[in-house]
Amino acid sequence: MAETYLDSTELVLNMGPQHPSTHGVLRVVCKLDGEKVLGTDCVIGYLHRGVEKIGEHRTYQQFAPYVDRMDYVAAVSNGLGYCLAVEKLLGVEAPPRAQAVRVIITELNRIASHLVWLGTHALDIGAITPLFYCFREREIILGIFEKYCGARLTTHAFRIGGLQYETYEGFEKECLDFCDIFLPKTDEYEELLTGNRIWVDRLRGVGILNIDDCKAYGVTGPMLRAAGEKWDLRKAQPYSGYEQYDFEIPTGEFGDNFDRYMVRMQEMRQSVRIIRQAVAALPEGPITAKVPKVIKPPVGEVYCSIEAPKGELGYYIVSDGSTQPYRVRVRPPSFVNLQALSKMAQGCLVADLVAIIGTTDIVLGEVDR
Amino acid sequence: MKMKTLLKKIFLVDLLTGLCVTFRSQDPKKMVTEQYPAARPKIGERYRGAPRLNTNPENGESLCIACDLCALACPEHLIVVGWERNAQTKRKEMVTFTYDTSRCMFCGLCEDACPVDCLELTQDFELANYSREGAIWDRQALEEGPKPAKYKY
Repeated sequence: MAETYLDSTELVLNMGPQHPSTHGVLRVVCKLDGEKVLGTDCVIGYLHRGVEKIGEHRTYQQFAPYVDRMDYVAAVSNGLGYCLAVEKLLGVEAPPRAQAVRVIITELNRIASHLVWLGTHALDIGAITPLFYCFREREIILGIFEKYCGARLTTHAFRIGGLQYETYEGFEKECLDFCDIFLPKTDEYEELLTGNRIWVDRLRGVGILNIDDCKAYGVTGPMLRAAGEKWDLRKAQPYSGYEQYDFEIPTGEFGDNFDRYMVRMQEMRQSVRIIRQAVAALPEGPITAKVPKVIKPPVGEVYCSIEAPKGELGYYIVSDGSTQPYRVRVRPPSFVNLQALSKMAQGCLVADLVAIIGTTDIVLGEVDR
Repeated sequence: MKMKTLLKKIFLVDLLTGLCVTFRSQDPKKMVTEQYPAARPKIGERYRGAPRLNTNPENGESLCIACDLCALACPEHLIVVGWERNAQTKRKEMVTFTYDTSRCMFCGLCEDACPVDCLELTQDFELANYSREGAIWDRQALEEGPKPAKYKY
């Protein structure tokens, strides 16, 4: 920090916590030399609600609605990760139909999450139009969620051992209709953005994070794939029947903002592919495995991770044999990805910082928990 | 190739293609904005909104058997069931029922737990109140359901 402010060219500036481009209540303390960023320091915790501690005082079923409130734009993925972790602890597996429905709902949620990211990120850069189009398509997904499980955002869609709700009449058709509507729309977004000179100038070559740095920081998800690493937990450690579906892992080349944008756009198209396959091969059968009404897992600990829209989402649960978990630890992708911000922001301009935070795709509910 | 990109830049091709998308989407037939509250939105059948205690339509008696399962299932412990034992039938009867909607996160665990389909989360979603006390619903409010203001246009 500069000794004096008037004699020095260095300046310490707070970005946030009330800043529209930090996507929540993130405070970034920036050290600036003119417009150039010399270093950043993230101050988090403004949205801390103690989710992990709450988990120690709730039964296994009762904790499930709380995990939806961490990454609230991808609530279904949170719920899936938690349910899979408890199922692993109990040694049960959801029946095939439940797994297929889980895949459909989770992939729809991945698209919804990426759409929120695309809309808000474009808004940060100055392109206002995509926001409205993204939310228009997201509305269809939320409509499906509302009809399926009764809630739009914090869904609580899955239960331990399977599903609470059977699919409604016309569920398959609505999912396929959405796929048909959505694919041309992704091209529309790209028409608006990919070729646009302002968009390219703002993103290309900014916020570069190469593979080695990604691995050093533990960065996962689209950010790691944009750096060129073909790593996706859906392929590497298939869960919930992902090994049955045929899809590709889109990767980038340079690991800059533009690659991250392209990777996420491709991922939405791949999700549509997965949804189509899952709907076509939706098996019949029961939707819940045999799980006792009072869940008392054996003494032990388990780590289970899934590929959430933002990266590797892991749950580490320690059971002491009672009805409540002894400890629940969440490995949130946003929190880990945010750590690389300082590395990416070094040497860029203040305006680029907004773009870098945007492509990191953080949700502060998940960072702070 | 270089000439082509230069010409494209000069004639603002990249910006005009984007504008085309905007103009294509301006057809009034493609409007998706909901005109709430003038037009009511269509709510899903399974929507988890305002809670309700169902009564027997024939005699108006509550279906509740005061088993307390909803209160046990609730993660926020916001349901309080008060009951008395009927001296003649020797059965438990629900007397008071408090449901704090201000703390509710509408997870639906209480309605899943209810063995007699008495407690139910309905499609009503207008839960605004002028006071915190107004968000705590008693038995009467739960049986009658919310009465949102109706607007005329």
